[in-house]
Amino acid sequence: MKKFNLKKTTKVDFATYLGVIVTFIVLFVMQNGGMLSYSMSGMLVPICCFIVMAVSLNLTVGILGELSLGHAGFVSVGAFSGIIASQSLIGVIESASLRLAIALVAGAIFAAIAGVLVGIPVLRLRGDYLAIVTLAFGEIIKDLINCLLVGIDSKGLHVLFNAKGLLTVEDLHLEEGGRVIIKGAQGATGIQTISTFTAGFILIMITLVVVLNLTRSRSGRAIMALRDNRIAAESVGINVTKYKLMAFVTSAALAGAAGALYGLNFSAVISSTFNFNISIEILLMVVFGGLGNIWGSVIAAAVIRLLPELLREFNDYRMLFYAIILILVMIATNNPTFKNMLGKLIPKKKGAEIDG
Amino acid sequence: MKRLLALMLVVVMCAAVMVSCGNKDDGNTLKIGGIGPITGSAAIYGQAVMNGCKIAVDEINANGGIGGMQIEFNFQDDANVAESSVNAYNKLMDWGMDILVGTVTTTPCISVSAKVYTDRVFALTPSASSTDVTKDKDNMFQLCFSDPNQGTGSATYIAANMADKKIAIIYRNDDAYSQGIRDTFAAEARAKNLNIVYEGTFTEDTATDFSVQLTAAKSANADLIFLPIYYQPASVILSQAKTMDYAPTFFGVDGMDGILTMENFDITLAEGVMVLTPFSSDAEDDLTKNFVKKYKELYGEVPNQFAADGYDCIYAVKAAYEKAGCTKDMTRTDLCEALVKAIKEISFDGLTGQDMTWSDKGEVNKMPIAVVIKNGDYISAEAAE
Repeated sequence: MKKFNLKKTTKVDFATYLGVIVTFIVLFVMQNGGMLSYSMSGMLVPICCFIVMAVSLNLTVGILGELSLGHAGFVSVGAFSGIIASQSLIGVIESASLRLAIALVAGAIFAAIAGVLVGIPVLRLRGDYLAIVTLAFGEIIKDLINCLLVGIDSKGLHVLFNAKGLLTVEDLHLEEGGRVIIKGAQGATGIQTISTFTAGFILIMITLVVVLNLTRSRSGRAIMALRDNRIAAESVGINVTKYKLMAFVTSAALAGAAGALYGLNFSAVISSTFNFNISIEILLMVVFGGLGNIWGSVIAAAVIRLLPELLREFNDYRMLFYAIILILVMIATNNPTFKNMLGKLIPKKKGAEIDG
Repeated sequence: MKRLLALMLVVVMCAAVMVSCGNKDDGNTLKIGGIGPITGSAAIYGQAVMNGCKIAVDEINANGGIGGMQIEFNFQDDANVAESSVNAYNKLMDWGMDILVGTVTTTPCISVSAKVYTDRVFALTPSASSTDVTKDKDNMFQLCFSDPNQGTGSATYIAANMADKKIAIIYRNDDAYSQGIRDTFAAEARAKNLNIVYEGTFTEDTATDFSVQLTAAKSANADLIFLPIYYQPASVILSQAKTMDYAPTFFGVDGMDGILTMENFDITLAEGVMVLTPFSSDAEDDLTKNFVKKYKELYGEVPNQFAADGYDCIYAVKAAYEKAGCTKDMTRTDLCEALVKAIKEISFDGLTGQDMTWSDKGEVNKMPIAVVIKNGDYISAEAAE
């Protein structure tokens, strides 16, 4: 039984990789051949970012079994640190792809640091504390970035913390030719948009490799043991804080990298872009795709991002249809009658197929 | 393998959806796109601009269109989110947009303007007021005052007319519009030696109670409160100041416009409020009267400044188009270059100002008018004295 399960998960994993690679190749060829519409090419990078965010949140919510309501906070940290890194390296590093790579790494590192800071005290507790603290974290990050003034000139980075709201960009005292990177509530503007679809694809692949390998490894089994029964796991000597932190920080770091990619795809980003609604949207993708189901998150993220755009034909009723479709899908996938019907369409292994 | 098959099917389905639908442009219409928030917290601004634009489009079409072409107008929602705004823009590009009127709000507009610049589409925003919107983009123009113009304009006006007042500022520090005007106002006020005694901030989440800021302003003996904010929070400030028996002069900018038409607002509270605005719905000229009448008929409310901005945008595009002598067969890029050149040469009379001209930086040049609210009406500040 165990052997069979193992083989099946490996098969699913490889199918996931293959699906992503094939989708990428098809889209890439279509994009280069000019066969993609403007709106579709414009959505490719954001969708890649949200896939990474959803997969990384699935690590916390589905595999670690802790509810996190502040994933957008980590995305935000990643986005703004990535923007600062990339913008300050303009002129220093000519290659845009190299700058993008550095920005993604910077985003991941800073988000990981934030993850450690949030995780160490909270993951020691039992219950819903992580949900409460991450919710607060997301809001705090938003307000902190609202107070941040960052500029760069030949002397290096200038950072001011504008807690009282009395300072302006003039107080940065930039030299002639200096650039302002973040203007508090006005956010980061004039960003060089260097994100590419290929970078998004590479990031998705890295995320899948990291998350899937972590899940299938010894540490991953320890993490899932904690989710299923904490006391039993502790009794066989699993270090609770260590493994919880491992999953949580990995999730935060990947979210940070996704944030950096997202931030560098737009020429203006403000802190309220990454608000509570985004956290919930990412959580929705995870729930939609199935808790702990990685390929489910990938597809759910793509569908949930595409849906509002595909519904533009409905004009004023767009968001109404969006909500109705989500509700219907949720009901349908949890409906025994519907499941049976679907099971009949796919005769063999019906239970396993649908439950994923 | 079934999953593999399922995945492949999903891929094929997605691909089918994604292939561009082709651009059915027969060349007999001029396609003007608009982008703004129709849903979400900023929806009233997008709605107003859309309605204003539609009135102008219908008028022009009824009179034979532009250069013999009828205008086709397509307004897309962005919910005041940069990403949706770029998506909406791409959607309009698929539709075959020739000219963009938008976007309505500042942050989405900055993102869209970068796309507009690389794609070479002529764009005129009715109301995105930050300088970042037009910065380094030769084909992006503003119809509204830019933030620095409003901030310095207000400071200049106060310095000229009420230099000895003690000034308090209450602004929203998580909003690019409010923060932008406050920054330029504060800088100009320092240069003009105005006396700023207090600055209070609020955010979207704390826009329901201003007793702290008002008490602080009162204890600092401020007798003029500068409010570079939209009218909803301003209405709360006015009513709370009234209950505190605190009656300084309130001074607002274009976002304050609309306060008199706000539902359930006691207009006596706004008595004596000064507003620096480009548009007043009570103006006596025929253009305004006609517009207000049509707007009321069609949408059942008094148009605010955003509606007027939208209306003016369409006519400004028409004026530039005719000045440049554009023709039907011009491509989007050619049209863009011709309009960029022409808009700087025209002098345009609209609802929101006379003799508007545009600079190389894309900013509009028009005179802000200081008005005072007296008996529920706007009257010019000079007449009130």
